[in-house]
Amino acid sequence: MFGYYLNLALRSLMRNKMLTALMVIAIAVGIGASMTTLTVMHLLSGDPLPGRSQHIFYPQVDPSPLPDPENTHKPWDMMDYRSATDLWSAHRADRQALIGRSALRLTAPDMNQPPLMAQVLSTTSDFFPMFAVPFQYGDSWQPQDDQQRTRVAVISSDLNIKLFGGANSVGRTLRLKDSDVRIIGVLAPWRPSPQFYDLVGGRFSNGQTADFYSKPQEVFMPFSSSLDINTDGFMAFTCWRAPDPGTSMTTSPCVSVALWVELGNAAKVADYKAFITDYATQQKALGRLTHADNTRMPSLMQWLDFNQVVPSDVRLQTWLAFAFLLICLFNTVGLLLAKFLHRSGEIGVRRALGATRGAVLTQCLVEAGLIGLIGGFGGWLLTLLGLALIRQQPVAYADLLHLDSTMFLATFVMAIVASLLAGAVPAWRASRVALGLQLKTL
Amino acid sequence: MRVKAAIRGRTPQKERFLTGTFDMQIQPVLAALRRHRLATILIAMEIALACAVLCNACFLIASRIQMTHVDSGVDESSLATIKLTGYDEAKASDLNARVTSGLREIPGMQSVSVINEVPFGETAGNAGITLDSAGQKFAGVVDFYVAGPGNFEALGLQLISGRAPRADDFQPMKAFLPSSANVIVSRSLAEHLWPDTDPLGKEFWCGDFHFRVTGVVAHLARPSAGEGGPGTIEWSVFTPAQPGANLSGVYLLRADPAQLPRVLRDARAAIAKLAPDAVVEQQASQTIGDLRQVYFRQDRIMAGMLLGVIVALLLVTALGIVGLASFWVQQRRRQIGIRRAIGATRGDILRYFQTENFLIVTSGIALGMLLAYALNLLLMTQYELPRLPLYYLPAGALILWGLGQLAVLGPALRAAAVPPVVATRSG
Repeated sequence: MFGYYLNLALRSLMRNKMLTALMVIAIAVGIGASMTTLTVMHLLSGDPLPGRSQHIFYPQVDPSPLPDPENTHKPWDMMDYRSATDLWSAHRADRQALIGRSALRLTAPDMNQPPLMAQVLSTTSDFFPMFAVPFQYGDSWQPQDDQQRTRVAVISSDLNIKLFGGANSVGRTLRLKDSDVRIIGVLAPWRPSPQFYDLVGGRFSNGQTADFYSKPQEVFMPFSSSLDINTDGFMAFTCWRAPDPGTSMTTSPCVSVALWVELGNAAKVADYKAFITDYATQQKALGRLTHADNTRMPSLMQWLDFNQVVPSDVRLQTWLAFAFLLICLFNTVGLLLAKFLHRSGEIGVRRALGATRGAVLTQCLVEAGLIGLIGGFGGWLLTLLGLALIRQQPVAYADLLHLDSTMFLATFVMAIVASLLAGAVPAWRASRVALGLQLKTL
Repeated sequence: MRVKAAIRGRTPQKERFLTGTFDMQIQPVLAALRRHRLATILIAMEIALACAVLCNACFLIASRIQMTHVDSGVDESSLATIKLTGYDEAKASDLNARVTSGLREIPGMQSVSVINEVPFGETAGNAGITLDSAGQKFAGVVDFYVAGPGNFEALGLQLISGRAPRADDFQPMKAFLPSSANVIVSRSLAEHLWPDTDPLGKEFWCGDFHFRVTGVVAHLARPSAGEGGPGTIEWSVFTPAQPGANLSGVYLLRADPAQLPRVLRDARAAIAKLAPDAVVEQQASQTIGDLRQVYFRQDRIMAGMLLGVIVALLLVTALGIVGLASFWVQQRRRQIGIRRAIGATRGDILRYFQTENFLIVTSGIALGMLLAYALNLLLMTQYELPRLPLYYLPAGALILWGLGQLAVLGPALRAAAVPPVVATRSG
């Protein structure tokens, strides 16, 4: 029966090519626009650590001594050096990684390259297994390297290509600021979306968060030895008062260190929350912290939500695209109605010959679905075009954009569902055609 | 009477279509539309949605474009900047001396001065301020331009009251600001901090740092809008200070606009010899004009995209009207023929379809205005958008009326071309 309906639908579509083309174009354009923006949303709002993110947490204490009478101040996005390293040294989590950021002058002594400023991530050995970072050559450093302040580094795939042409550079030396460090690992291409482990300040960025999707740092170094090399300390997120000249970062009134922990089950999460609260209370008793009750521990996805990672322009575009799709659908409903009712006579004959209302309904819906399928194909091409256009734009996430199999399928599913929805009312109307009246007018 | 007799037995819709007086078109049009209630409602809904999206998208475009026209307050076409990093901070004063004196040698260079940041560049001096020394009366997060001698003149700031910085205003730095300074604020910031009062002589604090206002400039945009959104883009403070370890690495170059690109090229080449120990930040070392282009690139892209959506939207709506109107014309060919046979002119038929379209579009617009307003309220909660100015609504209505009439013209002309002889044919 379906084959017969398909045949009828094809004939009907061929009969009025102009009307068919209008409907197909409307669906294709609507689907193309909404799938383009939906794909961007899908890629930007996805889970950067699927299957693991629910075990990753971001502990926060509030080192600010500033008065907060209404208790409205949320802890700053990073911690002071002392709090972060205290929590890390307690080793209460399954895994834990400190994070500090700096930009250091980098040269490769045995290569003939001009110096460049390298983005350096100072972290601890758990970082790599905790965030499932892939290695191309060599391996990460070990916990004893963190303790012994070994001067080693892991470099990104991009930097390895830039400096060493992609060859295995393990064992070679880089000069960072005024010190030599030995390369012990080279990462395979790694492009988390967003760059979640070093993501701060979303609530202060007016929705312009495209830079959260930049590439990871070029150099990864043990937290301890990087402080030996970089006496200026890490980039501060903010300071609650201006640091006195000559203060070391370890005692400065600034927040510049973050901590990530992995906690395998709910009991451990509860324990760790209690541990941070206890720590803050104890530090308040010692007079070092002011707001002991202001501790938080969002999970990775909660932290991304808190920072509103998806740029507001992208969200706006998605809203707009869906309003547009809705207009295209109204358009299609109108045209389908015209098309089906135009065939009232034919439907009358079919009904008189014994076709049930259900049969007429099904036939009309098959026709609508077929329009959706063809429109979906056009929509798929337009989505590819739309994504190609966005890839040309100078945004940090441009190179992330592609149509994965989920979104490819979604394009067709959405096109067919949309056209069936659009076809429902016209098809119902067509199946209710008054039999006698139509036959009389023939 | 004979015509009446001929039409007996027709469906009610066709009868109404035929019996309407040709001078007064609205009644029969409404009657016919009632027969096509669903299709009419659909087109009206489509118009309504189009109206809502059109008004809001136009408003978004206008606000984006307005944002890109912000007045930085500086002579953008004469200014460029060079940013150095990677040098030893202990040798910062030496670096400042080498770079400024070396770059001044470049032919065509009018001035070189040390500053912490430039408009549309990277932010360096964001800090929260208070209006009392105890730090209780928080007054917002502002931007401190910390600037060595020569910058005020080089930037070309337009003083509207008070005085320009004097030689003794340039205090040594303590951390990232001088501990007490005579500063110059933008008019926008002065109006925010001290509405309706003379800002000269007023004081504010940033932690232990103390500031006194000695001048007000017409405009001075900060490198990027702050936490308060685009409205805070001119909340900046020009702070005179002595270059040194905490004020080094960013240099403001001034040259004749015609020579500026060449001067900047020469300066970048000279840096390699003057400061081999430093790394030039390529992205940040540009003319201020180029930095401005980059800064507003996203807004221009967004405005372009919105424009594309509007065009596609109007196109789809127009095609929908063409499709449905063509169908109606086709369906009513015989009735049109009869109307023509009993005396209706081509103009009558044309006007019939135009009136029909006008009525549908009008009802769509009426609903669309409410939708536009609702959509604007929704956008206001999601984004920092002001209320939709009311004049967007009639403007959107005019566009849609025009679009509707344009779209229906083709089908209506085809209807008007139906010859009266059609009436005599059966079927």
